[in-house]
Amino acid sequence: MEIFKYKKPLNLMAQSKRFGLVSLTLLIISIGLIVTKGFNYGLDFAGGTLVQVHYKEKAPIDKVRVAITKVKEYQNASVTYFGNDNEIIIRTKKSSKSLDKDMGDAMRLLLKGTGDFEVRRVDIVGAKVGSELREKGLMAMFLSILGILIYVSFRFEWRFAIASVMALIHDVTIAMGAVVLFGIEVNLDTLAALLTILGYSLNDTIIVFDRIREGINTIKNPDLGSIIDESVTQTLSRTTLTSLTTFFVVLTLFMFGGEIIKGFSFTLLVGVVVGTYSSIFVASPILMMLGFSVSDYRLKAAEKAKRTKEKEKMRAMYENGTI
Amino acid sequence: MKTLNFRVILFIFALIFGVVFSVPSLTQSEQGKKITLGLDLQGGLHMLLGIKSEVAIESRIKSMAATVKYIFDDEEIIFDELRMVDGEKITFELLDSDDVTKAKALLKKGLDGTILNENGLKFSIEMTAEEIARTKQNAISQAVDTIRTRLDSFGLAEPTVAKQGVDKILVEVPGIKTQEDEQRIRELIARAAHLQLMAVDEDRIARVSTMSLQEAKSFGDVILKDVNTPEKYLLRAIPVLDGSMLTDAKVGFDKNNQPVINFTLNGQGAKIFGDFTGKYVGKRMAVVLDNDVYSAPNINERIGGGRVQISGRFKLSEAHDLAIALRSGALLAPVYVMEKRSVGPSLGADNIKASMLALMLGFVLVVLFMILYYGMAGVIANVALIGNLFLILAVMSLFGATLTLPGMAGIVLTVGMAVDANVIINERIRELLHEGKSIAKSIEEGYNKAFTAILDANVTTLIAAVVLWAYGTGPLKGFALTMGIGILASMLTAIVGTHGIYQWLLPKINKNKLGFWFGIKKEGKK
Repeated sequence: MEIFKYKKPLNLMAQSKRFGLVSLTLLIISIGLIVTKGFNYGLDFAGGTLVQVHYKEKAPIDKVRVAITKVKEYQNASVTYFGNDNEIIIRTKKSSKSLDKDMGDAMRLLLKGTGDFEVRRVDIVGAKVGSELREKGLMAMFLSILGILIYVSFRFEWRFAIASVMALIHDVTIAMGAVVLFGIEVNLDTLAALLTILGYSLNDTIIVFDRIREGINTIKNPDLGSIIDESVTQTLSRTTLTSLTTFFVVLTLFMFGGEIIKGFSFTLLVGVVVGTYSSIFVASPILMMLGFSVSDYRLKAAEKAKRTKEKEKMRAMYENGTI
Repeated sequence: MKTLNFRVILFIFALIFGVVFSVPSLTQSEQGKKITLGLDLQGGLHMLLGIKSEVAIESRIKSMAATVKYIFDDEEIIFDELRMVDGEKITFELLDSDDVTKAKALLKKGLDGTILNENGLKFSIEMTAEEIARTKQNAISQAVDTIRTRLDSFGLAEPTVAKQGVDKILVEVPGIKTQEDEQRIRELIARAAHLQLMAVDEDRIARVSTMSLQEAKSFGDVILKDVNTPEKYLLRAIPVLDGSMLTDAKVGFDKNNQPVINFTLNGQGAKIFGDFTGKYVGKRMAVVLDNDVYSAPNINERIGGGRVQISGRFKLSEAHDLAIALRSGALLAPVYVMEKRSVGPSLGADNIKASMLALMLGFVLVVLFMILYYGMAGVIANVALIGNLFLILAVMSLFGATLTLPGMAGIVLTVGMAVDANVIINERIRELLHEGKSIAKSIEEGYNKAFTAILDANVTTLIAAVVLWAYGTGPLKGFALTMGIGILASMLTAIVGTHGIYQWLLPKINKNKLGFWFGIKKEGKK
């Protein structure tokens, strides 16, 4: 089967302003959402207590709400269904430090008489741990981007590195925007998803850049725009298909992987789509904007080749004893 | 058919390695190294505990005060106003200026790691910064050891207790069956297990119901409550002896067949206990545990041999846990919960089910897609994918790594990403075939050209995985680990392995059947 067949280069760079506008709009909306509505920090980062209760039959959520108000501490607790009708989550912003008695133990007593239930999960995160995790998370993001920046500069050229990192920031920001828009709770796994997007969305960009790098050396026309058009068109099938396989599995995770990893798989799902879009329509135009010059690059490459050749010559002479 | 090339042989070895070493994990056999299931998959208790190390400092100060009193009484130095201030320092005043030199020398000898400040005849003693740090460190390592001993004696499989960072304790207990058991374990860990034998102040106890704590203090007494009844006791504040002189504690039964704890004192303890009971016949002595009075029996005669019994209307399980706590010794400082995650076994089983379903479905989708889209080339990629999965399991088994729920997600994600390399390679090969290159040349060149893109893409993903591993906690580490191993393994299976298979099968590949082999309609020539 073949879906994408290379015929002639798509005229992408000429359209780059239009894509730029789309991306810019999405970015502004995302940043706006993040600033105004803000993240819905979950337990991991905000701290608090969460108790998951499983009922043999449909959970009597109203009875549960009444039962827990008997204790003053839990009057502000929220009770919601979790994934299905048998499962509920009771959550408060408080976290007790007591080792021998916690909210899970209290719930076992309070919910007596509401039905046949089992306390299946009790998570407590103290405020201090929460802020520590947040700091570590931001640090991890920063270090990942830095590492990628250094590696791409080393393997390609600094403008490639900047362009790919800007595309990354674009992807992560839009993914964050989607997380805020859909009210997805931000936990450690959401962070893991964002970091995975960092690594993954770059994959596609690199496939394109790799082809551009190759095009620079093989395509005669030194116009960067047309080299990019040709390279992007040639890699179009690759970029889309690799994303498609990943999209499949993330989709199964999202649909069947259970409620706990919903936030994780949703974030990834958005990331895979945006990442694919950005590697085709965002990363390369940025490369153009940064003023990458093909002839300069070729000149440098030629000089470098000359130098290595000279070095080899010198070495050969040295080894032959002519120097 | 061409003879086997080194790439295929390498791949076959990798496959055999993968299968052999993942078997113990897959069959959950007793022998061999295998993957441990994370607490979120098998159920269990994960806690990060903090420690109130200032309590350890306070009790050091308390014992220093006792030492000062002992030294001065012994040397007949007259002093006054011996006080503890804010649990940080001791102050006192000497009454005779002739004693100053002698007192200073004695204190210097008797108290290590302290600073003595003097202001005329007023003195204060503080701990040095190093001594404070040492005491805190000591409290943590003692707590780690004590908690470990307690959990080990409780009889659960492989609990983990470890110091984390400077002042935190990580506790992980897998395989807890019910929430009630979990609470029992938490109570066992939390137990200060501070045992004291205290004399009842028989002269004043009649007035205990109306006496304030302050008043009791002025007599050198404390008021403590009975553990089961509201009854109050007036006890001498300085205990006859404490749990540090205990050598063993066991569950036994009294004459009514009620569970009790019998404990044995060491030589010094037995002597003190014998002397005390000999001197106080007819009076009562209270057995106090963590500031609750468990019993206050009458002393009928001198008790030698150092055997004492605690009875307190225990449940059998309670007595069992208490004996463990007493044997392991008291905690120098109390611990508290900073983070706790507990997952019931049924939820763990649900998590396994859901993630396995996602893995299977994702796998089937990817495998079908690859075959549909690429024909035999897809089949070859799928062989590599299976090899990759086995390799991940094998490497994790060999390191005895922990598989968590995010770890499962990492494996699912690897399934999607590992075939990426093959998509890149296959697309290159197709492109070259369309250009009219020969099959052999298309394959070789396709691999060559695809390699840099795959390498760069994998390295960047690996960078993210490594950072996540370094900065992630618990379950996130699991995700980074499986993804990292998956990427590395895919370099071997998806690049080297499939390349070898092509080279091996090359003589069989019919250039008139490119549709079957590579999934393209157009035949070799333009």
